[in-house]
Amino acid sequence: MTNSTTRPASDYPPGGDAFRHRHLTGIAPLTPWEISYVLDAAEEWVELNRSGAAKHDDRLAGLTIINAFFENSTRTLLSFEIAGKRLGADVVNMHAAQSSVKKGETLIDTAMTLNAMRADAIVIRHASSGAVQLIADKVDCPVLNAGDGRHEHPTQALLDALTIRRRLGRVEGLTIAICGDVLHSRVARSNILALTLLGNEVRVVAPPTLTPPAMERMHVTSFTDMDEGIRDADVVMMLRLQNERMDGAYLPSAREYHALYGLTPKRLEKAKPDAIVMHPGPMNRGVEIDSSIADDPARSTITEQVEMGVAVRMACLDILTRRQRGVPGWN
Amino acid sequence: MELKPLHIVNTQLIDGDTPRPGSLLAVDGRIAALDPTDIPDGTETVDARGQWLAPGIIDLGVFATDKPAFHFGGITRAALMPDSGPLDGAGLVERAAKGGKPDLWVHPLAAATKGLEGRELAEIGLMKQAGARAVATGRARIADSGVMRRVLSYAASLGLVTIIHAEDEGLTAGAVATDGEMATRLGLASAPAIAEAMAIARDLALVEETGAPVHFRQVTTARGLDLIRAAKAKGLPVLCGITPAHLLLSDTAIGDFRTFARLSPPLRSEDDRHACLAAIKDGTIDILSSGHDPRGPEDKRLPFAEAQPGMAGAETLLALGLGLVRDGHISPGRLFELLAATPACLLGVDAGKLAPGKEADLILVDDGTPWQVDAKKMAAWAGNTPFDGMPVQGRATMMWKGGVRIR
Repeated sequence: MTNSTTRPASDYPPGGDAFRHRHLTGIAPLTPWEISYVLDAAEEWVELNRSGAAKHDDRLAGLTIINAFFENSTRTLLSFEIAGKRLGADVVNMHAAQSSVKKGETLIDTAMTLNAMRADAIVIRHASSGAVQLIADKVDCPVLNAGDGRHEHPTQALLDALTIRRRLGRVEGLTIAICGDVLHSRVARSNILALTLLGNEVRVVAPPTLTPPAMERMHVTSFTDMDEGIRDADVVMMLRLQNERMDGAYLPSAREYHALYGLTPKRLEKAKPDAIVMHPGPMNRGVEIDSSIADDPARSTITEQVEMGVAVRMACLDILTRRQRGVPGWN
Repeated sequence: MELKPLHIVNTQLIDGDTPRPGSLLAVDGRIAALDPTDIPDGTETVDARGQWLAPGIIDLGVFATDKPAFHFGGITRAALMPDSGPLDGAGLVERAAKGGKPDLWVHPLAAATKGLEGRELAEIGLMKQAGARAVATGRARIADSGVMRRVLSYAASLGLVTIIHAEDEGLTAGAVATDGEMATRLGLASAPAIAEAMAIARDLALVEETGAPVHFRQVTTARGLDLIRAAKAKGLPVLCGITPAHLLLSDTAIGDFRTFARLSPPLRSEDDRHACLAAIKDGTIDILSSGHDPRGPEDKRLPFAEAQPGMAGAETLLALGLGLVRDGHISPGRLFELLAATPACLLGVDAGKLAPGKEADLILVDDGTPWQVDAKKMAAWAGNTPFDGMPVQGRATMMWKGGVRIR
């Protein structure tokens, strides 16, 4: 098997051909080598971030990055902010709680306002699927999707792929079980796209009420039985279960969910002995995942995912601003 | 001014299955004769130069009185859905009926329930006296089966057809697309296509019980059409309709979150689309309408799930219908049954056919001229068409309402 996900930089086409997109709206438009290119670029930033006191690289000095978050977020916003600042950019955060930014033209008007302020990159999170694409079509600078509705969360999928690759040495030919509220999860959609594209067997484990329709068309296998679904998996990827899903509309109760779909040490024995456990956070300890697993450094990659998040976002901001910065070959 | 008799010559008449050469005489606003031999003095003669002469289109179930769009599309009569207002009182109905004068017939459809809330019967009898031609449940169905049963029997006693929207509200709550790969990939809340068949099944049972005539405004799924087919075979008084969108587009059209393709009911799978084409061919579908619902940027330039459903369809209805003829799905005569004769029958108006005695609501149709749908250059007051950029053929070149030239 050719190891397409860990190849030297010399294998990539030169300049802009290595990553041909102006925006990062999702994983769907990407090719496998574009994903690998971002992951390889991120590896360098992992080294820098670990290099002790001075974590600064000033290649984005003088550029303005606006983090426009129309939906509440702590960790993703923080991660993007740190990524921008470590690259030397001026980072501004805009918290637009859904209540103050009314529907309608206001979203596009807000986008036009940000555009008029001459942002060099805009990072957007929004509660509606497709909102980021809508804004990307209207502004002149690169737009990064930090999560739109249930549609995509591409940087999460990239950081998950990087985490798997670093932990298991590769991110292809693996069996990966994505477990939990797949229906409402943009993390699941982006990960399904990225991980199938890279050549892994992806399974989806969810109660029928939280399984999206036509899953087989996404090239994944659906399971409703957790023990079956994670059998011999290399990676068990848990999803966060929103509290409002547990009130009887989709699930009878949190404790029933834990009994049927919670990741317990006993259940994890079904997976491969060296299987890793991932979670995009924030966790509901004792609901979808037991604390003993979440805190086991041999199995859990949860803090590593957060670390990789900063590196991946640095790589994305760097790559997407190369055209403006006049990096040779990136016209 | 006295109305001169009108003689349209050198035309292809659509009074049978296929166009035939002939001429038409209209006197006093009504069709006097086909291929007349005696032409009265002072008759105005129009040379159609070989174009089709067809009955004016009767667009059943529009959401706005959008005269420029209707005139562009060859629509002489529009049955207005009760949603704007809503049309639940005689005064409102009377005003809506006057909304098109003098050069467009507007036939208001009476709201079935007060405020279209699905709870209490609206004053259907008074609305009929004020000009309402049928009863409609609006954009949604009546959830309460007891209320629906009373609406059906009450409307039937007044001789009115009830026009139904068929979607089960429990299954479709919050949904903006049909279950399938597209909705899953885009991360849009979706509902199973059987939401339609379930709603149809309930209402057909009520039709069987009450004997009330109904029209399902849009039937868009294979299972829904199967139910209609079976009901017709049983002899139930059931009609059903569709818009060109569900015949020509499937849910792949919502890719890239195109809000112009957000419709109600949502676009279906390719299999269902083929079932709709088969149903229009075999006669299960009775009425083709535009569902004209112009929506400005404030309703459409939004994230998909926040946008309003609906399409501006009046201008493209005829051209897309002619496309069905050209593709061999239906004959020209059948197209105008779908567009005019059957809607006229449902509304109880004396039009919709080229026959002596009918009102002279006429259009000349150039069935060949190619043009391109352009959302930016529509006559409608908003250009929300899912067919933007599509090359089509054929358009109405002249129109008469009651023998008076209006275009």
